[in-house]
Amino acid sequence: MDIGRTIDPYEARSMVNKPLQKSGEQQALRMVNIEKYFGPVRALTNINLEVGPNEIVGLIGDNGAGKSTIVKILTGVFAPTRGELYIAGRKVDFRRYNVQSAHAHGIETVYQDKSLGEKQVLWRNFFIGRQIVNRFGFIDVNREKAISNEIMVNTIGFRSKGITVDSNVSELSGGERQGIAIGRAMHFEADLIILDEPTVALSLKEVAKVINFVHKIKEGGKASIYISHSIPDVYEVCDRFIVLDRGEIGASIPKKEISLKGLDEFLLDYAHGRKDNDRS
Amino acid sequence: MNFVRSLFKFLGRLEGFAIAMVLLVLYLALIIAAPTVFTHSLIYISFLETVPPTLIAALGLTLVITAGEIDLSFPAVVSLSGFALSWGWKTFDPAYGAWIGIVLAVAAGALVGYVNGLMVARIGVPSIMATLAANFFWYGISILLAGGLQVTLKGSEENFVHRLFVGRLFDTVPAQAFWALALAVLLWLILNRHKFGEGIMFIGDNANVARVMGVNVEATRIRLFALHGMIASFAGIIVTLDIGVFYPDQGNFLLPAMASVFIGGTSIAGGAGSIFGTFFGAYIIGSLAAGVVATTISGYWVQVVEGVVMAAVIMLNAATGKGKLAALSNRFRHWGRPVNASRTDELLHKNDPAPN
Repeated sequence: MDIGRTIDPYEARSMVNKPLQKSGEQQALRMVNIEKYFGPVRALTNINLEVGPNEIVGLIGDNGAGKSTIVKILTGVFAPTRGELYIAGRKVDFRRYNVQSAHAHGIETVYQDKSLGEKQVLWRNFFIGRQIVNRFGFIDVNREKAISNEIMVNTIGFRSKGITVDSNVSELSGGERQGIAIGRAMHFEADLIILDEPTVALSLKEVAKVINFVHKIKEGGKASIYISHSIPDVYEVCDRFIVLDRGEIGASIPKKEISLKGLDEFLLDYAHGRKDNDRS
Repeated sequence: MNFVRSLFKFLGRLEGFAIAMVLLVLYLALIIAAPTVFTHSLIYISFLETVPPTLIAALGLTLVITAGEIDLSFPAVVSLSGFALSWGWKTFDPAYGAWIGIVLAVAAGALVGYVNGLMVARIGVPSIMATLAANFFWYGISILLAGGLQVTLKGSEENFVHRLFVGRLFDTVPAQAFWALALAVLLWLILNRHKFGEGIMFIGDNANVARVMGVNVEATRIRLFALHGMIASFAGIIVTLDIGVFYPDQGNFLLPAMASVFIGGTSIAGGAGSIFGTFFGAYIIGSLAAGVVATTISGYWVQVVEGVVMAAVIMLNAATGKGKLAALSNRFRHWGRPVNASRTDELLHKNDPAPN
């Protein structure tokens, strides 16, 4: 396949905004036969996973099922033992793929807690690592603020009064912080936004805000992988659910084929079935 | 009324405004307590001469502390760079030997800082230990090179370098005060308007976030320590030129410099730093000793008063950072802008347990 050619991250950076690379048919993400061993322990077996260009995929599974291993491969923390990864049709060269170059490849991650600098103002958080600078490296503060404001108002529909681009992150609630991180990811033309347990440790009201921000990802035409333990949240925002079990993909169910109750029961049966297997 | 509002708004946003007010109050108190000394310009001119070396080192230290690190090695750099300057001075014709000395001094500072940075960023030694060891080592090297002796800069008064860095502008104001001010402006721009400075703030805030967001944490740390090494060497050049003599112990202002940074409002936790807080803080620290002596209280009281003032200012900083005073100072900061009343409430109750 000619889309499988290898490119380096610096080339990828310049290609990110070229529309040719993002035809409507192009999958945002494709993992082909990915396997990961930690010494003799096999953490992932034969993972084949696709995420469509405007699809929100929920990744469900117990602790130790391999969710975080998949996330760490996608975000460049470590490389898989074998297998291939394509982001927006471009093959990833794992020798040159790391946390820093994941941005250039079009992957943005929103973590539970390490996405924003707590003591910094919002406009700095939007542009950290990607500042608009003159040739001496000095920041164009006015432009960064204007664009930050634009992201807050238009991209993520920030409605909290009294919060401006000059506010400190520490003044924001947990849900609002995730909204900022999601808005930043959308603004920078990410092909794929990974939401890694974005609602852990948030109150119900704040979870509702985050869910609302995730809907904006769909409206904005982006793709996302949503990882959470909360099945109702996953059901609400995702188009498709992928169930991971002990390092393998157990099932891939489109939302229209199953109700929330059905999904819940399926997962329960799955867990019981697993227990039965363990006993025999 | 509108004018008053916008004035308040402007002042509240000025960095280091509160600490400048503390300095003003201190001088007012001294004018009352020791009018014969503090109503004459002489004492202020002497502060402008003696404070800048401490101030310059403290300005660089502000960046280091903002990054969540510490540098205890600058006293050795002040000593080493003073020796380098005096060596260039006496080895070559002072007309150009002074410049050779200055280049050597700055290079020595950069080298010490770079090695510190390598130890901290590459090997992962906590900066307090790495730079403490570096201070002993480089101070020792400086004594070895100088043979434990002081070196006089012969004919320093007539030298252009002397006039440039420590001469008197308009025959009154010491030039080093302007150099320190210029450095403060430059470092303010770097910290607040340059991407290097933004990297420093995010690293001090949370190095993991900085790394994930694409800041080169290692390189930024190494550059930061090298920069502080060069700034400390500048302090060494000023000290040596000002007194016209190099002596190994000339960098003996580690604690006053650190105190200047902390009373200036820069937090030891990192993530945010106040360059102009440090600027006025250094003048507070540098004025106390002479001030106490001038009030005819016994000189034995100097350190007691210094301790009390430092503790008071730092408690003031801490108090305005949380609780009701924080809400008040936040209001002050937002003066003139419509502030949602509930925001103040939220600030007040932010640390309350969430109702379930």
